[in-house]
Amino acid sequence: MPQTSMASSLVAPPSTSFFHTKKDLNLSAFSSSSSSSSQRYQKHASRKICCSVSAPQQTQRQPSTTGSVKTAMTMTEKILARASQKEQVTPGDNIWVNVDILMTHDVCGPGSIGIFKNEFGKDAKVWDREKVVIIPDHYIFTSDERANRNVDILRDFCNEQNIKYFYDIKDLSNFKVNPDYKGVCHIALAQEGHCRPGEVLLGTDSHTCTAGAFGQFATGIGNTDAGFVLGAGKLLLKVPPTLRFVMDGEMPNYLLAKDLILQIIGEISVAGATYKSMEFVGSTVESLNMEERMTLCNMVVEAGGKNGVIPPDSITYKYLEGKTSVPYEPVYSDHQARFLSEYRFDVSKLEPLVAKPHSPDNRALARECKDVKINRVYIGSCTGGKTEDFMAAAKVFLASGKKVKVPTFLVPATQKVWMDVYSLPVPGSGGKTCSQIFEEAGCDTPASPSCGACLGGPKDTYARMNEPQVCVSTTNRNFPGRMGHREGEIYLASPYTAAASALTGYVTDPREFLQ
Amino acid sequence: MAFSSATATVSQNLTFASSNKLSFSHSSSSSSTSSFNFLSFPSFQSKFCKTIISSPQITRAHAPPSPSTTTTATSSFHGLCYVVGDNIDTDQIIPAEHLTLVPSNPDEYQKLGSFALIGLPDSYAVRFIDSGETKTKYSIIIAGDNFGCGSSREHAPVALGASGAAAVIAESYARIFFRNSVATGEVYPVESETRICEECRTGDVVTVELEENRLINHTTGKEYKLKPIGDAGPVIEAGGIFAYARKTGMIPTR
Repeated sequence: MPQTSMASSLVAPPSTSFFHTKKDLNLSAFSSSSSSSSQRYQKHASRKICCSVSAPQQTQRQPSTTGSVKTAMTMTEKILARASQKEQVTPGDNIWVNVDILMTHDVCGPGSIGIFKNEFGKDAKVWDREKVVIIPDHYIFTSDERANRNVDILRDFCNEQNIKYFYDIKDLSNFKVNPDYKGVCHIALAQEGHCRPGEVLLGTDSHTCTAGAFGQFATGIGNTDAGFVLGAGKLLLKVPPTLRFVMDGEMPNYLLAKDLILQIIGEISVAGATYKSMEFVGSTVESLNMEERMTLCNMVVEAGGKNGVIPPDSITYKYLEGKTSVPYEPVYSDHQARFLSEYRFDVSKLEPLVAKPHSPDNRALARECKDVKINRVYIGSCTGGKTEDFMAAAKVFLASGKKVKVPTFLVPATQKVWMDVYSLPVPGSGGKTCSQIFEEAGCDTPASPSCGACLGGPKDTYARMNEPQVCVSTTNRNFPGRMGHREGEIYLASPYTAAASALTGYVTDPREFLQ
Repeated sequence: MAFSSATATVSQNLTFASSNKLSFSHSSSSSSTSSFNFLSFPSFQSKFCKTIISSPQITRAHAPPSPSTTTTATSSFHGLCYVVGDNIDTDQIIPAEHLTLVPSNPDEYQKLGSFALIGLPDSYAVRFIDSGETKTKYSIIIAGDNFGCGSSREHAPVALGASGAAAVIAESYARIFFRNSVATGEVYPVESETRICEECRTGDVVTVELEENRLINHTTGKEYKLKPIGDAGPVIEAGGIFAYARKTGMIPTR
């Protein structure tokens, strides 16, 4: 572990306080790129973070006066510059990027491993056994033999390669007897401390972008690219330009981050951010907890985005406490950084939203769809199956005191979320857990943690849409066939809206129960 | 294109054999470095052999031999087109229930091909692959905006390639699909200058000429401009990024 980088020792006196203005953060980070020390690419210990975000002495210093900063960069550009050991990168540059973590799962892992073996040789070793994270999560609780075989392929590979982070499951009859098993990879990555500010995370899954919530560069790649990374530890990437989304205003108590991202996707369309980075800032974003920030970044791919990022702050560091011992160094967009465009939202004026079939940008107000009769509700996935998502749903059920009118399926993302659902008291409930509230409301019993029916999966997947039904879902995609049946109709919504809809049997604005 | 800076610096000393209706294994046998590679990649080899043998309507015309330097190999494709609309996502290209198939396994590669575009809604009355068949008779897919959006599953371009499709001509692509198409060399993801999907019908006879950046619809007699495939072309021609890197000396031959 490096003692300190030149950057922080030059400009940032030791500080133990997390209470800094955003301006300070930016200036500090700005200065941190000014060092020409060879140590500048090394990382701080996590406890040094307060130093690196503390106020620099020369608060008004301009790059032109010091000559130390050539061109301002965005967060994404800075992360990629550091990972490619360059002073400077510009959108459009093709650069070789060193990878901090490569994640794969049971759907794309076997193919990636096959390519790795074909290309690097049967006896080849992965570039770093501690930087490969393998998480079975997609097709776990199924009798599909090929799906089961794919988890076996992962296990054999991890044993052979001595992979440090493999979250295995062997006994499919009861997930709880598999202490290593986590569940949905993107949530497990965060909960296990693999998402760290300033780093590069690649994963064979499009929702890898979820980890941008931690201020890291995270994006999805295919099997062939992953096979390359397994052997080489790096990948040729194009530096994306950044779109900036400034979200200010107090978040009304009937909105969740899912509403914000549906608002944005509806605004810019499913291809509005293709090849681009999406940076989320503003007082609303700063007020969100980590799981809500993950929801925001999770769906940037639904706008075509390459990655999403949120500046790390005290909420980020608090979440990471005790989860990782790996030193990391956050970066922040410079004041003068160039953004392709900037969008501003007054969150206090937004209303609960849905994305109607069959596209995530088919935005409508939930109340505009109040006549849409539904057959089921699904709460789960990397997007809407986190602890906070279940807490939100429970809050609506609690407020209504009524029973659901349609089958309501609950699939916690990970074992940790499942435990939370069964143990954490819901505020204002007199100590009841989510699971108790769900039971009283007549929901299905929370299922074993996995990706579940979000993407359909094998025919015997729990809650898979095998009939052409109408579903309100907290998941991320509503393309034809996404949850199983090709003619099924999916309304994407927040956990509030999903729970409210379950209570009425129609798409329902949660204000009917929350006010 | 993400690969451009790297490819620009690579010494390209390979010559391409000249022949119409040339099988790829034959082509590569003229090059000492790449023949070995193709023989050692079951999936790539089977793809190209299949393309030539089982889809006679596809003609890959290679560039004439050039004794000193070769910049790009050119290809043209001729066959029936299959027309789809905007935002054809990966769930429609290959529904998630088939993702248990591992593309690097040759048998499962073939099987993936038989499911290509099976997720299209019933409104597509003419299916991409006829019932009972495992290959498509449409070698060229014509699409609107944002083709391949959704998941990062490489199964999507693999399924199209394995089904016998040679190229997709779309107004635009989702990022990961485009990259996976190039990385695997499974299909040429070519962008059209204009919205062709409104003017072509499934079953029209079309020719795609990559070198001329042109699509000719012989059924309607119309021609359309395509955007240059650029440095991605030779990578796809080689059979993907690994094959290309070996062929051009970026990484050693095994």
